[in-house]
Amino acid sequence: QGQFTLLRDTRTDGSFLVHHFLSFYLRAGCKVCFVALLQSFSHYNIVAQKLGVSLAAAKERGQLVFLEGLKSCLDLLFGEEEQPEQPSPLQFLSCRELRALFDFVRASLAPADGHAWKGPVLLLDDLSLLLSLGAAPVAVLDFIHYCRVSVCCQLKGNVVVLVHSNEDSEDEENELVVNSLCHHSDLILWAQGLATGFCKDVHGQIKIIKRLSLRQAAEQDVVQIYQYKIQDRNVTFFAPGLSAAVL
Amino acid sequence: LVFTEEDKYGLYSNLLFKYFLAEGIVCGHDLFVASAKEHPDNILKELPAPLLDDTCGKELGDEAAAVKSEDFQDSMKIAWRYQNLPKMETSPTTYTKFGHYYDVSKKMSPELCQSVKWHSFYLHEEMSLEPKMKTWNMNSGYARLLQSIQRIISQEGFDGSDPQKKQRNVLRIGIQSLGSVLWGDDVCCSDAPEDPHSLTKFLYVLRGLLRKSLSACIITVPAHLMQNKAIMERVTNLSDTVVGLESFIGSERETNPLYKDYHGLVHVHQIPRLNSLICDVSDTKDLAFRLKRKQFTIE
Repeated sequence: QGQFTLLRDTRTDGSFLVHHFLSFYLRAGCKVCFVALLQSFSHYNIVAQKLGVSLAAAKERGQLVFLEGLKSCLDLLFGEEEQPEQPSPLQFLSCRELRALFDFVRASLAPADGHAWKGPVLLLDDLSLLLSLGAAPVAVLDFIHYCRVSVCCQLKGNVVVLVHSNEDSEDEENELVVNSLCHHSDLILWAQGLATGFCKDVHGQIKIIKRLSLRQAAEQDVVQIYQYKIQDRNVTFFAPGLSAAVL
Repeated sequence: LVFTEEDKYGLYSNLLFKYFLAEGIVCGHDLFVASAKEHPDNILKELPAPLLDDTCGKELGDEAAAVKSEDFQDSMKIAWRYQNLPKMETSPTTYTKFGHYYDVSKKMSPELCQSVKWHSFYLHEEMSLEPKMKTWNMNSGYARLLQSIQRIISQEGFDGSDPQKKQRNVLRIGIQSLGSVLWGDDVCCSDAPEDPHSLTKFLYVLRGLLRKSLSACIITVPAHLMQNKAIMERVTNLSDTVVGLESFIGSERETNPLYKDYHGLVHVHQIPRLNSLICDVSDTKDLAFRLKRKQFTIE
């Protein structure tokens, strides 16, 4: 509880981690606010069904609040004049301000009368995109900070965020955001493409960093490394060098 | 959203662009062609002619006649290039035809071009920006293009808005040389562009429009001119498929004996992972292309 998990990918696509956490928290009975900026609802729904969860049903019973960024963006730009009391969460496209997005998150996870879900979760895919859409790095970090205070501290919930990072990246703004977030994360799951290039049996390597040093000054971070292979309904993890193809 | 990095002189990426449009016409799709460089009418006059059933036989010689044998399925394994020969017997094979072949030395006939509905957007002939779009905070050329695409998608019912429409069709969108100076953007001539977010915002909105309609889009970008590599990284993350063409013209590879049969390399930087955890990765990663008199081949 109260954890900030950073999902990071380099040289590969880390979205499988997003799909995992989405179905994981829904199955656990948590109230989830999913800010899905890059893909459509049906994309996540189809994959979630393979993982045994129906996003449509979760939405129906009020367990899942799904912000479909692509759709909201079209509503904002091509739709009717927006009401001043209800600014679109994607308002940052025109005004570079992430306040409306934060208000949306806070309102979605505020305790509601009636159903008592097991702890709120904010899931965001992906943060790097906000920079591409005009938000300044400092604004992005502020936004995350506000989300942490609201969700992790006040509501005792969890936050899971995906960022992309390339090695030798020239995107300084993104590197700044990623490095800053790494310092403030409780747990980092870093999916990396293999340095040797594509392999059919090993799709990548995942580095799991438990940042114990964040909470306790004397503690050391714990780092574990596994390799993984993504399948249609599952991801298998194994110790490096021990993939089924090798054994 | 297919994003193509142009080769240095735009020769081969232009060809790929035309193939995409030509395939659309042969499949009966509607087209939307946008450019700030060439008038779309001229682009459409220069499409390659398809190798249709009856001409194919003559073009590919007598070998083709031998292939039309009783044992159709077996011959396909050896002569896969003749996939578009007519099936004379109704064989219950699961063989599917994927795509068509074209003769780049011939132009598509005007009759075939006119057989589909097409829409064009030539930046320099377009109307000025609607007042509402000024709040988008985006390069006006891109904003006008988005507005035009959205209008066609909505009016022609590609977003499913017209339930009366009996047959749903696909809209193929082709945007040429996006990001170049001709669009009013300086991402390709400055490493500190005035508005570094216009191009990425444009792609995001375009992505939204594509996801909400029966459409597919190819964009070519003179990536080699972009000095700000950060923008290229962001553009890649916003696209589904990213392909780069590297021509050997004027490079040292031109004289490399390894590449003597080819004109350039094809780099597949990214493929989509849609509606699934897995993606369709091919086993071959090193691809090269060559342009002969009649055919453009990637192998």
